[in-house]
Amino acid sequence: MIQLISINKTFNKGQATENNAINNVSLSINSKEFVVIVGSNGSGKSTLLNCIAGSILTDSGKIIFNEQHDVTSLKDYQRTIWISRIFQNPLIGTAPGLTVLDNFRLASIRTKSKNISVGINQNFIQKVKESLSTLGMGLENKIHQPVGSLSGGQRQAITLLMSVFDQSSILLLDEPTAALDPKSASVVMETANHLITSLQLTAILVTHNLKEAITFGNRIIQMHHGEIIKDLKNEEKSNLNNAEIFQWFQ
Amino acid sequence: MDFFITAIILGLCLSVMGLGIFMSMKIFNIPDITTDGSYTLGAVITAILLLNNVSFFIIIPIVFIAGAIAGCVTALIHTKFKIDALLAGILTMTALYSVNLIILGRSNQPLINTQNIFSIRFFQNQINNSLTIVLIIILILTIILSYILKTDFGIAMRATGNNAQMVRALGVDDDKMKIFGLAIANSLTAFAGFLVAQYQFFADINMGIGIVITGLGSVLIADAFQKLFKLNSIIWQILMVIVSSVLFQLVLAITLSLGINPNLLKLITAVFVLFIVGITRFRKIA
Repeated sequence: MIQLISINKTFNKGQATENNAINNVSLSINSKEFVVIVGSNGSGKSTLLNCIAGSILTDSGKIIFNEQHDVTSLKDYQRTIWISRIFQNPLIGTAPGLTVLDNFRLASIRTKSKNISVGINQNFIQKVKESLSTLGMGLENKIHQPVGSLSGGQRQAITLLMSVFDQSSILLLDEPTAALDPKSASVVMETANHLITSLQLTAILVTHNLKEAITFGNRIIQMHHGEIIKDLKNEEKSNLNNAEIFQWFQ
Repeated sequence: MDFFITAIILGLCLSVMGLGIFMSMKIFNIPDITTDGSYTLGAVITAILLLNNVSFFIIIPIVFIAGAIAGCVTALIHTKFKIDALLAGILTMTALYSVNLIILGRSNQPLINTQNIFSIRFFQNQINNSLTIVLIIILILTIILSYILKTDFGIAMRATGNNAQMVRALGVDDDKMKIFGLAIANSLTAFAGFLVAQYQFFADINMGIGIVITGLGSVLIADAFQKLFKLNSIIWQILMVIVSSVLFQLVLAITLSLGINPNLLKLITAVFVLFIVGITRFRKIA
Protein backbone atom coordinates (compact mmCIF):
# COMPACT_ATOMS: atom_id res chain seq x y z
CA MET A 1 0.00 0.00 0.00
CA ILE A 2 2.70 2.48 1.05
CA GLN A 3 6.28 2.10 -0.12
CA LEU A 4 9.07 4.38 1.00
CA ILE A 5 12.27 3.84 -0.94
CA SER A 6 15.35 5.31 0.76
CA ILE A 7 13.85 8.69 1.55
CA ASN A 8 15.89 11.51 3.07
CA LYS A 9 14.94 14.82 4.61
CA THR A 10 17.35 17.38 6.02
CA PHE A 11 16.17 20.67 7.51
CA ASN A 12 18.31 23.85 7.37
CA LYS A 13 20.83 22.26 5.05
CA GLY A 14 24.31 23.79 5.22
CA GLN A 15 23.55 25.81 8.34
CA ALA A 16 24.73 25.33 11.91
CA THR A 17 21.24 24.10 12.79
CA GLU A 18 21.31 21.37 10.12
CA ASN A 19 19.04 18.52 11.16
CA ASN A 20 19.00 15.19 9.40
CA ALA A 21 15.39 14.37 10.30
CA ILE A 22 14.94 11.35 8.03
CA ASN A 23 18.00 9.32 7.20
CA ASN A 24 17.69 6.92 4.26
CA VAL A 25 14.47 5.30 5.44
CA SER A 26 12.94 2.45 3.45
CA LEU A 27 9.64 1.03 4.60
CA SER A 28 6.93 -1.07 3.04
CA ILE A 29 3.48 -1.05 4.61
CA ASN A 30 0.94 -3.56 3.38
CA SER A 31 -2.71 -2.91 2.80
CA LYS A 32 -4.84 -3.15 6.01
CA GLU A 33 -1.75 -2.95 8.20
CA PHE A 34 -2.09 -0.81 11.35
CA VAL A 35 1.38 0.47 12.14
CA VAL A 36 2.29 2.14 15.41
CA ILE A 37 5.39 4.35 15.36
CA VAL A 38 7.15 5.18 18.61
CA GLY A 39 10.35 7.06 19.38
CA SER A 40 11.63 9.95 21.45
CA ASN A 41 11.11 13.58 20.53
CA GLY A 42 13.11 14.52 17.46
CA SER A 43 13.43 10.92 16.29
CA GLY A 44 11.68 11.78 13.01
CA LYS A 45 8.26 10.16 13.55
CA SER A 46 6.21 13.22 12.71
CA THR A 47 8.51 14.16 9.85
CA LEU A 48 8.04 10.67 8.41
CA LEU A 49 4.27 11.06 8.68
CA ASN A 50 4.45 14.50 7.06
CA CYS A 51 6.56 13.06 4.22
CA ILE A 52 3.91 10.40 3.58
CA ALA A 53 1.13 13.02 3.72
CA GLY A 54 3.04 15.41 1.46
CA SER A 55 3.14 18.36 3.88
CA ILE A 56 6.91 17.98 3.61
CA LEU A 57 8.49 16.99 0.31
CA THR A 58 11.47 14.65 0.59
CA ASP A 59 14.99 15.60 -0.54
CA SER A 60 15.56 12.25 -2.22
CA GLY A 61 13.99 8.81 -2.48
CA LYS A 62 10.61 7.69 -3.69
CA ILE A 63 7.15 7.35 -2.21
CA ILE A 64 4.76 4.97 -3.94
CA PHE A 65 1.12 4.26 -3.10
CA ASN A 66 -0.73 1.13 -4.27
CA GLU A 67 2.38 -0.21 -6.06
CA GLN A 68 1.67 2.06 -9.03
CA HIS A 69 1.20 5.70 -8.00
CA ASP A 70 4.47 7.58 -7.60
CA VAL A 71 3.40 10.43 -5.32
CA THR A 72 6.90 11.69 -4.44
CA SER A 73 6.38 15.11 -6.00
CA LEU A 74 2.66 15.48 -5.27
CA LYS A 75 1.62 18.13 -2.73
CA ASP A 76 -0.45 17.30 0.36
CA TYR A 77 -3.78 18.42 -1.11
CA GLN A 78 -3.13 16.20 -4.15
CA ARG A 79 -2.46 13.13 -2.01
CA THR A 80 -5.82 13.39 -0.24
CA ILE A 81 -7.26 11.02 -2.85
CA TRP A 82 -5.65 8.27 -0.73
CA ILE A 83 -4.89 9.92 2.58
CA SER A 84 -6.96 11.29 5.43
CA ARG A 85 -5.30 12.72 8.52
CA ILE A 86 -5.84 13.33 12.20
CA PHE A 87 -3.56 15.94 13.76
CA GLN A 88 -2.10 16.17 17.23
CA ASN A 89 -3.76 19.54 17.78
CA PRO A 90 -7.53 18.85 17.90
CA LEU A 91 -8.17 22.36 16.59
CA ILE A 92 -6.49 21.72 13.22
CA GLY A 93 -8.81 19.02 11.94
CA THR A 94 -11.94 21.16 11.77
CA ALA A 95 -12.87 24.71 10.73
CA PRO A 96 -14.12 26.46 13.92
CA GLY A 97 -16.26 29.12 12.24
CA LEU A 98 -18.20 26.62 10.15
CA THR A 99 -21.03 24.48 11.45
CA VAL A 100 -20.55 20.78 12.19
CA LEU A 101 -22.63 20.07 9.10
CA ASP A 102 -20.47 22.26 6.80
CA ASN A 103 -17.34 20.56 8.13
CA PHE A 104 -18.79 17.15 7.34
CA ARG A 105 -19.86 18.31 3.88
CA LEU A 106 -16.32 19.38 3.04
CA ALA A 107 -14.95 16.10 4.40
CA SER A 108 -17.46 14.11 2.36
CA ILE A 109 -15.99 15.51 -0.88
CA ARG A 110 -12.32 15.20 0.11
CA THR A 111 -11.45 13.15 -2.97
CA LYS A 112 -13.83 14.99 -5.30
CA SER A 113 -14.00 18.44 -6.84
CA LYS A 114 -15.79 21.21 -4.94
CA ASN A 115 -18.56 22.28 -7.31
CA ILE A 116 -20.88 25.25 -7.37
CA SER A 117 -23.88 23.25 -6.25
CA VAL A 118 -25.50 22.83 -2.88
CA GLY A 119 -24.59 19.41 -1.52
CA ILE A 120 -26.28 19.51 1.87
CA ASN A 121 -29.72 17.91 1.69
CA GLN A 122 -32.01 15.97 4.03
CA ASN A 123 -30.28 12.71 3.14
CA PHE A 124 -26.88 14.10 3.97
CA ILE A 125 -28.06 15.57 7.28
CA GLN A 126 -29.46 12.15 8.22
CA LYS A 127 -26.16 10.48 7.36
CA VAL A 128 -24.18 12.95 9.50
CA LYS A 129 -26.57 12.48 12.45
CA GLU A 130 -26.29 8.70 12.26
CA SER A 131 -22.52 8.88 12.14
CA LEU A 132 -22.34 11.29 15.10
CA SER A 133 -24.72 9.19 17.21
CA THR A 134 -22.18 6.34 17.20
CA LEU A 135 -19.94 8.50 19.44
CA GLY A 136 -22.55 8.71 22.20
CA MET A 137 -21.62 12.35 22.87
CA GLY A 138 -24.98 13.83 21.91
CA LEU A 139 -23.36 15.71 19.03
CA GLU A 140 -26.13 14.68 16.62
CA ASN A 141 -28.22 17.49 18.13
CA LYS A 142 -25.53 20.09 17.56
CA ILE A 143 -24.96 19.84 13.81
CA HIS A 144 -25.94 23.47 13.21
CA GLN A 145 -23.53 24.79 15.83
CA PRO A 146 -20.14 26.21 14.87
CA VAL A 147 -17.47 23.60 15.58
CA GLY A 148 -15.55 26.24 17.53
CA SER A 149 -18.16 25.99 20.30
CA LEU A 150 -17.28 22.33 20.98
CA SER A 151 -14.56 20.90 23.23
CA GLY A 152 -11.21 19.59 22.01
CA GLY A 153 -12.26 15.99 22.59
CA GLN A 154 -15.49 16.46 20.67
CA ARG A 155 -13.63 18.16 17.83
CA GLN A 156 -11.07 15.37 17.62
CA ALA A 157 -13.86 12.76 17.56
CA ILE A 158 -15.59 14.72 14.77
CA THR A 159 -12.33 14.94 12.82
CA LEU A 160 -12.05 11.18 13.08
CA LEU A 161 -15.55 10.56 11.69
CA MET A 162 -14.90 13.16 8.99
CA SER A 163 -11.73 11.38 7.92
CA VAL A 164 -13.72 8.34 6.76
CA PHE A 165 -16.75 10.25 5.43
CA ASP A 166 -15.36 9.99 1.92
CA GLN A 167 -13.69 6.88 0.56
CA SER A 168 -10.29 6.53 2.14
CA SER A 169 -7.54 3.96 2.12
CA ILE A 170 -4.81 5.42 4.33
CA LEU A 171 -5.41 7.00 7.72
CA LEU A 172 -2.56 8.93 9.36
CA LEU A 173 -2.88 9.65 13.08
CA ASP A 174 -0.25 11.97 14.56
CA GLU A 175 -0.51 11.68 18.36
CA PRO A 176 -4.29 12.15 18.14
CA THR A 177 -4.89 11.92 21.88
CA ALA A 178 -1.90 13.90 23.18
CA ALA A 179 -4.02 16.97 23.98
CA LEU A 180 -7.09 15.13 25.31
CA ASP A 181 -8.30 14.08 28.74
CA PRO A 182 -8.18 10.29 29.41
CA LYS A 183 -11.89 9.72 28.77
CA SER A 184 -11.99 11.60 25.43
CA ALA A 185 -8.70 9.95 24.51
CA SER A 186 -10.17 6.50 24.97
CA VAL A 187 -13.33 7.36 22.97
CA VAL A 188 -11.17 8.70 20.15
CA MET A 189 -8.81 5.70 20.11
CA GLU A 190 -11.60 3.11 20.37
CA THR A 191 -13.50 4.83 17.55
CA ALA A 192 -10.34 5.00 15.45
CA ASN A 193 -9.60 1.33 16.02
CA HIS A 194 -13.17 0.37 15.17
CA LEU A 195 -13.12 2.41 11.94
CA ILE A 196 -9.72 1.08 10.89
CA THR A 197 -10.75 -2.56 11.30
CA SER A 198 -14.30 -2.29 9.99
CA LEU A 199 -13.34 -0.22 6.93
CA GLN A 200 -10.10 -2.21 6.44
CA LEU A 201 -7.93 0.89 6.32
CA THR A 202 -4.18 1.05 6.23
CA ALA A 203 -3.28 3.13 9.27
CA ILE A 204 -0.21 4.71 10.83
CA LEU A 205 -0.36 5.92 14.42
CA VAL A 206 2.39 8.02 15.94
CA THR A 207 2.19 7.96 19.72
CA HIS A 208 4.07 8.58 22.97
CA ASN A 209 1.48 6.64 24.93
CA LEU A 210 2.75 3.20 26.06
CA LYS A 211 -0.73 1.79 26.53
CA GLU A 212 -1.83 2.83 23.03
CA ALA A 213 1.36 1.40 21.55
CA ILE A 214 0.66 -1.97 23.21
CA THR A 215 -3.11 -2.10 22.66
CA PHE A 216 -3.48 -0.96 19.09
CA GLY A 217 -2.06 -2.01 15.76
CA ASN A 218 -0.54 -5.14 14.31
CA ARG A 219 2.94 -3.76 13.69
CA ILE A 220 5.22 -1.53 15.74
CA ILE A 221 8.19 0.52 14.57
CA GLN A 222 10.70 2.39 16.68
CA MET A 223 12.53 5.36 15.23
CA HIS A 224 15.73 6.92 16.48
CA HIS A 225 17.78 9.76 14.94
CA GLY A 226 15.82 9.58 11.71
CA GLU A 227 16.22 5.83 11.26
CA ILE A 228 14.04 2.80 11.87
CA ILE A 229 15.77 0.70 14.53
CA LYS A 230 13.03 -1.79 15.45
CA ASP A 231 10.22 -3.26 13.38
CA LEU A 232 7.98 -5.98 14.89
CA LYS A 233 4.91 -7.53 13.28
CA ASN A 234 1.84 -9.51 14.42
CA GLU A 235 2.84 -12.13 17.02
CA GLU A 236 6.14 -10.43 17.74
CA LYS A 237 4.19 -7.31 18.62
CA SER A 238 1.52 -9.05 20.63
CA ASN A 239 4.21 -10.83 22.63
CA LEU A 240 5.69 -7.50 23.70
CA ASN A 241 4.99 -6.46 27.26
CA ASN A 242 4.92 -3.09 28.95
CA ALA A 243 8.40 -3.45 30.42
CA GLU A 244 10.00 -4.19 27.07
CA ILE A 245 8.38 -1.24 25.30
CA PHE A 246 9.20 0.96 28.26
CA GLN A 247 12.84 0.07 27.61
CA TRP A 248 12.47 1.41 24.07
CA PHE A 249 11.64 4.84 25.39
CA GLN A 250 14.86 4.96 27.48
CA MET B 1 -35.93 63.98 2.58
CA ASP B 2 -34.32 63.62 -0.83
CA PHE B 3 -31.06 64.39 0.88
CA PHE B 4 -31.36 61.23 3.00
CA ILE B 5 -32.57 59.03 0.17
CA THR B 6 -29.55 60.18 -1.80
CA ALA B 7 -27.38 59.06 1.12
CA ILE B 8 -29.20 55.72 1.19
CA ILE B 9 -28.62 55.19 -2.53
CA LEU B 10 -24.93 56.01 -2.20
CA GLY B 11 -24.76 53.66 0.79
CA LEU B 12 -26.33 50.90 -1.26
CA CYS B 13 -23.88 51.50 -4.14
CA LEU B 14 -20.95 51.39 -1.71
CA SER B 15 -22.36 48.31 0.04
CA VAL B 16 -21.29 46.31 -3.02
CA MET B 17 -17.73 47.26 -2.12
CA GLY B 18 -18.57 46.40 1.49
CA LEU B 19 -19.49 42.93 0.24
CA GLY B 20 -16.12 42.74 -1.51
CA ILE B 21 -14.34 43.59 1.74
CA PHE B 22 -16.61 41.10 3.53
CA MET B 23 -15.37 38.42 1.12
CA SER B 24 -11.68 39.20 1.57
CA MET B 25 -11.67 40.06 5.26
CA LYS B 26 -14.39 37.88 6.80
CA ILE B 27 -14.53 34.88 4.45
CA PHE B 28 -10.86 34.63 3.51
CA ASN B 29 -9.35 36.39 6.50
CA ILE B 30 -7.07 38.42 4.20
CA PRO B 31 -6.68 42.17 4.81
CA ASP B 32 -6.90 43.26 1.18
CA ILE B 33 -6.53 46.94 0.38
CA THR B 34 -6.36 46.62 -3.38
CA THR B 35 -9.83 48.16 -2.95
CA ASP B 36 -8.75 51.80 -3.42
CA GLY B 37 -7.34 50.90 -6.82
CA SER B 38 -9.94 48.43 -8.05
CA TYR B 39 -12.83 50.74 -7.07
CA THR B 40 -11.40 53.53 -9.22
CA LEU B 41 -10.56 50.98 -11.92
CA GLY B 42 -14.25 50.07 -12.17
CA ALA B 43 -15.19 53.74 -12.33
CA VAL B 44 -12.68 54.80 -15.01
CA ILE B 45 -13.45 51.81 -17.25
CA THR B 46 -17.15 52.63 -16.95
CA ALA B 47 -16.50 56.30 -17.76
CA ILE B 48 -14.39 55.69 -20.82
CA LEU B 49 -16.70 53.04 -22.25
CA LEU B 50 -19.83 55.14 -21.63
CA LEU B 51 -18.21 58.05 -23.45
CA ASN B 52 -17.61 55.71 -26.37
CA ASN B 53 -21.31 54.85 -26.35
CA VAL B 54 -20.83 51.28 -25.17
CA SER B 55 -23.96 49.87 -23.55
CA PHE B 56 -23.74 49.41 -19.79
CA PHE B 57 -24.88 45.81 -20.28
CA ILE B 58 -21.54 45.16 -21.96
CA ILE B 59 -19.66 47.31 -19.45
CA ILE B 60 -20.84 45.19 -16.51
CA PRO B 61 -18.93 42.00 -17.44
CA ILE B 62 -15.87 44.05 -18.46
CA VAL B 63 -15.80 45.80 -15.07
CA PHE B 64 -16.20 42.48 -13.25
CA ILE B 65 -13.33 40.93 -15.19
CA ALA B 66 -11.07 43.97 -14.71
CA GLY B 67 -11.68 43.90 -10.95
CA ALA B 68 -11.05 40.15 -10.88
CA ILE B 69 -7.71 40.62 -12.65
CA ALA B 70 -6.68 43.26 -10.09
CA GLY B 71 -7.59 40.84 -7.30
CA CYS B 72 -5.68 38.02 -8.99
CA VAL B 73 -2.56 40.17 -9.19
CA THR B 74 -2.68 40.87 -5.44
CA ALA B 75 -3.41 37.21 -4.67
CA LEU B 76 -0.57 35.99 -6.91
CA ILE B 77 1.90 38.40 -5.28
CA HIS B 78 0.65 37.20 -1.88
CA THR B 79 0.65 33.44 -2.55
CA LYS B 80 3.48 32.94 -5.05
CA PHE B 81 6.02 35.42 -3.68
CA LYS B 82 4.89 34.81 -0.08
CA ILE B 83 4.57 38.55 0.46
CA ASP B 84 2.30 39.82 3.23
CA ALA B 85 -1.25 40.38 1.96
CA LEU B 86 -1.31 44.01 3.11
CA LEU B 87 1.89 44.80 1.23
CA ALA B 88 0.69 42.89 -1.85
CA GLY B 89 -2.49 44.99 -1.80
CA ILE B 90 -0.52 48.24 -1.45
CA LEU B 91 1.69 47.26 -4.41
CA THR B 92 -1.27 46.51 -6.67
CA MET B 93 -3.14 49.60 -5.51
CA THR B 94 -0.14 51.82 -6.27
CA ALA B 95 0.35 50.26 -9.68
CA LEU B 96 -3.36 50.65 -10.43
CA TYR B 97 -3.17 54.43 -9.91
CA SER B 98 -1.05 54.71 -13.06
CA VAL B 99 -3.20 52.18 -14.90
CA ASN B 100 -6.33 54.16 -14.02
CA LEU B 101 -4.74 57.42 -15.11
CA ILE B 102 -3.75 55.91 -18.46
CA ILE B 103 -7.26 54.50 -19.01
CA LEU B 104 -9.03 57.75 -18.15
CA GLY B 105 -6.42 59.94 -19.86
CA ARG B 106 -7.16 62.82 -17.48
CA SER B 107 -7.77 63.22 -13.78
CA ASN B 108 -11.50 63.91 -13.92
CA GLN B 109 -14.18 62.93 -16.42
CA PRO B 110 -17.77 64.22 -16.22
CA LEU B 111 -20.44 61.84 -17.56
CA ILE B 112 -23.30 64.25 -18.21
CA ASN B 113 -25.48 63.27 -21.19
CA THR B 114 -24.42 59.65 -21.23
CA GLN B 115 -26.95 56.82 -21.34
CA ASN B 116 -26.21 54.89 -18.17
CA ILE B 117 -27.77 52.28 -15.90
CA PHE B 118 -29.78 54.92 -14.06
CA SER B 119 -31.38 55.91 -17.38
CA ILE B 120 -33.62 52.85 -17.09
CA ARG B 121 -37.07 54.11 -16.14
CA PHE B 122 -39.37 52.53 -13.59
CA PHE B 123 -40.65 55.76 -12.07
CA GLN B 124 -40.82 59.35 -13.28
CA ASN B 125 -39.28 60.54 -10.04
CA GLN B 126 -35.51 60.49 -10.54
CA ILE B 127 -34.63 59.57 -6.95
CA ASN B 128 -37.22 56.81 -6.51
CA ASN B 129 -36.14 55.43 -9.84
CA SER B 130 -32.46 55.31 -8.85
CA LEU B 131 -33.34 53.72 -5.51
CA THR B 132 -35.35 51.00 -7.26
CA ILE B 133 -32.53 50.23 -9.69
CA VAL B 134 -29.91 49.97 -6.94
CA LEU B 135 -32.21 47.81 -4.80
CA ILE B 136 -32.79 45.39 -7.69
CA ILE B 137 -29.02 45.13 -8.29
CA ILE B 138 -28.32 44.56 -4.58
CA LEU B 139 -31.06 41.92 -4.42
CA ILE B 140 -29.57 40.02 -7.36
CA LEU B 141 -26.03 40.22 -5.93
CA THR B 142 -27.22 39.09 -2.48
CA ILE B 143 -28.99 36.07 -3.93
CA ILE B 144 -26.00 35.07 -6.07
CA LEU B 145 -23.45 35.60 -3.30
CA SER B 146 -25.40 33.79 -0.58
CA TYR B 147 -26.05 30.90 -2.97
CA ILE B 148 -22.37 30.57 -3.91
CA LEU B 149 -21.32 30.60 -0.26
CA LYS B 150 -23.73 27.75 0.50
CA THR B 151 -22.43 25.48 -2.27
CA ASP B 152 -19.64 22.95 -1.83
CA PHE B 153 -17.26 25.46 -3.42
CA GLY B 154 -18.48 28.12 -1.01
CA ILE B 155 -17.92 25.86 1.99
CA ALA B 156 -14.37 25.28 0.75
CA MET B 157 -13.91 29.07 0.44
CA ARG B 158 -15.19 29.72 3.95
CA ALA B 159 -13.06 26.93 5.39
CA THR B 160 -9.94 28.32 3.65
CA GLY B 161 -10.15 31.58 5.60
CA ASN B 162 -11.00 29.66 8.75
CA ASN B 163 -8.39 26.87 8.77
CA ALA B 164 -6.04 26.63 5.80
CA GLN B 165 -4.26 23.54 7.13
CA MET B 166 -7.55 21.68 7.39
CA VAL B 167 -8.68 22.46 3.85
CA ARG B 168 -5.36 21.23 2.47
CA ALA B 169 -5.90 17.95 4.33
CA LEU B 170 -9.32 17.80 2.66
CA GLY B 171 -7.95 18.13 -0.84
CA VAL B 172 -8.29 21.87 -1.44
CA ASP B 173 -5.47 23.96 -2.90
CA ASP B 174 -5.73 26.89 -0.49
CA ASP B 175 -3.57 29.18 -2.65
CA LYS B 176 -5.92 28.71 -5.59
CA MET B 177 -8.88 29.41 -3.31
CA LYS B 178 -7.31 32.67 -2.12
CA ILE B 179 -6.82 33.75 -5.75
CA PHE B 180 -10.49 33.03 -6.45
CA GLY B 181 -11.48 34.87 -3.28
CA LEU B 182 -9.59 38.07 -3.99
CA ALA B 183 -10.79 37.98 -7.60
CA ILE B 184 -14.41 37.86 -6.43
CA ALA B 185 -13.79 40.51 -3.77
CA ASN B 186 -12.21 42.97 -6.19
CA SER B 187 -14.70 42.37 -8.96
CA LEU B 188 -17.42 43.39 -6.49
CA THR B 189 -15.36 46.46 -5.56
CA ALA B 190 -14.92 47.41 -9.21
CA PHE B 191 -18.65 46.98 -9.69
CA ALA B 192 -19.21 49.48 -6.85
CA GLY B 193 -17.02 51.90 -8.82
CA PHE B 194 -19.22 51.21 -11.86
CA LEU B 195 -22.36 52.13 -9.89
CA VAL B 196 -20.99 55.22 -8.13
CA ALA B 197 -19.46 56.72 -11.28
CA GLN B 198 -22.85 56.51 -12.99
CA TYR B 199 -24.78 57.69 -9.98
CA GLN B 200 -22.55 60.73 -9.47
CA PHE B 201 -22.10 61.37 -13.23
CA PHE B 202 -18.33 61.54 -13.06
CA ALA B 203 -15.22 59.46 -12.58
CA ASP B 204 -12.24 60.90 -10.77
CA ILE B 205 -8.77 59.44 -10.49
CA ASN B 206 -8.76 60.18 -6.74
CA MET B 207 -12.26 58.93 -5.96
CA GLY B 208 -10.90 55.70 -4.48
CA ILE B 209 -8.46 57.23 -2.04
CA GLY B 210 -9.42 56.07 1.46
CA ILE B 211 -12.56 54.34 0.19
CA VAL B 212 -11.38 51.08 1.78
CA ILE B 213 -12.17 52.62 5.18
CA THR B 214 -15.83 52.97 4.21
CA GLY B 215 -15.95 49.27 3.33
CA LEU B 216 -13.99 48.18 6.38
CA GLY B 217 -16.25 50.34 8.54
CA SER B 218 -19.39 48.66 7.23
CA VAL B 219 -17.90 45.19 7.70
CA LEU B 220 -16.86 46.07 11.27
CA ILE B 221 -20.31 47.47 12.08
CA ALA B 222 -21.93 44.40 10.48
CA ASP B 223 -19.67 42.21 12.59
CA ALA B 224 -20.78 44.07 15.72
CA PHE B 225 -24.46 43.62 14.80
CA GLN B 226 -23.86 39.96 14.04
CA LYS B 227 -22.43 39.40 17.52
CA LEU B 228 -25.05 41.58 19.20
CA PHE B 229 -28.03 39.80 17.63
CA LYS B 230 -26.34 36.41 17.13
CA LEU B 231 -27.06 36.37 13.39
CA ASN B 232 -24.70 33.69 12.18
CA SER B 233 -26.23 32.59 8.89
CA ILE B 234 -24.56 33.73 5.69
CA ILE B 235 -27.60 35.55 4.37
CA TRP B 236 -27.87 37.64 7.54
CA GLN B 237 -24.18 38.46 7.45
CA ILE B 238 -24.54 39.74 3.89
CA LEU B 239 -27.67 41.76 4.72
CA MET B 240 -25.93 43.26 7.75
CA VAL B 241 -23.05 44.49 5.58
CA ILE B 242 -25.54 46.21 3.28
CA VAL B 243 -27.48 47.76 6.17
CA SER B 244 -24.24 48.91 7.82
CA SER B 245 -23.03 50.55 4.64
CA VAL B 246 -26.30 52.50 4.35
CA LEU B 247 -26.15 53.40 8.04
CA PHE B 248 -22.62 54.65 7.54
CA GLN B 249 -23.65 57.04 4.76
CA LEU B 250 -26.72 58.15 6.72
CA VAL B 251 -24.61 59.10 9.71
CA LEU B 252 -22.39 61.16 7.40
CA ALA B 253 -25.46 62.81 5.86
CA ILE B 254 -27.00 63.61 9.25
CA THR B 255 -23.72 65.02 10.46
CA LEU B 256 -23.54 67.31 7.45
CA SER B 257 -27.19 68.37 7.73
CA LEU B 258 -26.66 69.38 11.37
CA GLY B 259 -24.32 72.01 10.05
CA ILE B 260 -21.27 70.52 11.68
CA ASN B 261 -17.93 71.69 10.34
CA PRO B 262 -17.16 69.33 7.41
CA ASN B 263 -13.58 69.17 8.62
CA LEU B 264 -14.84 67.09 11.54
CA LEU B 265 -16.52 64.54 9.24
CA LYS B 266 -13.71 61.97 9.31
CA LEU B 267 -13.40 62.27 13.09
CA ILE B 268 -17.12 61.66 13.52
CA THR B 269 -16.93 58.68 11.14
CA ALA B 270 -14.16 57.12 13.21
CA VAL B 271 -15.99 57.75 16.50
CA PHE B 272 -19.17 56.25 15.05
CA VAL B 273 -17.45 53.02 13.99
CA LEU B 274 -15.66 52.84 17.34
CA PHE B 275 -18.96 53.39 19.17
CA ILE B 276 -20.79 50.55 17.37
CA VAL B 277 -17.86 48.13 17.62
CA GLY B 278 -17.27 49.16 21.24
CA ILE B 279 -20.83 48.32 22.35
CA THR B 280 -20.37 44.60 21.70
CA ARG B 281 -16.99 44.49 23.41
CA PHE B 282 -18.37 46.28 26.47
CA ARG B 283 -21.25 43.84 26.74
CA LYS B 284 -18.86 40.91 26.68
CA ILE B 285 -16.79 42.25 29.58
CA ALA B 286 -19.87 43.24 31.61
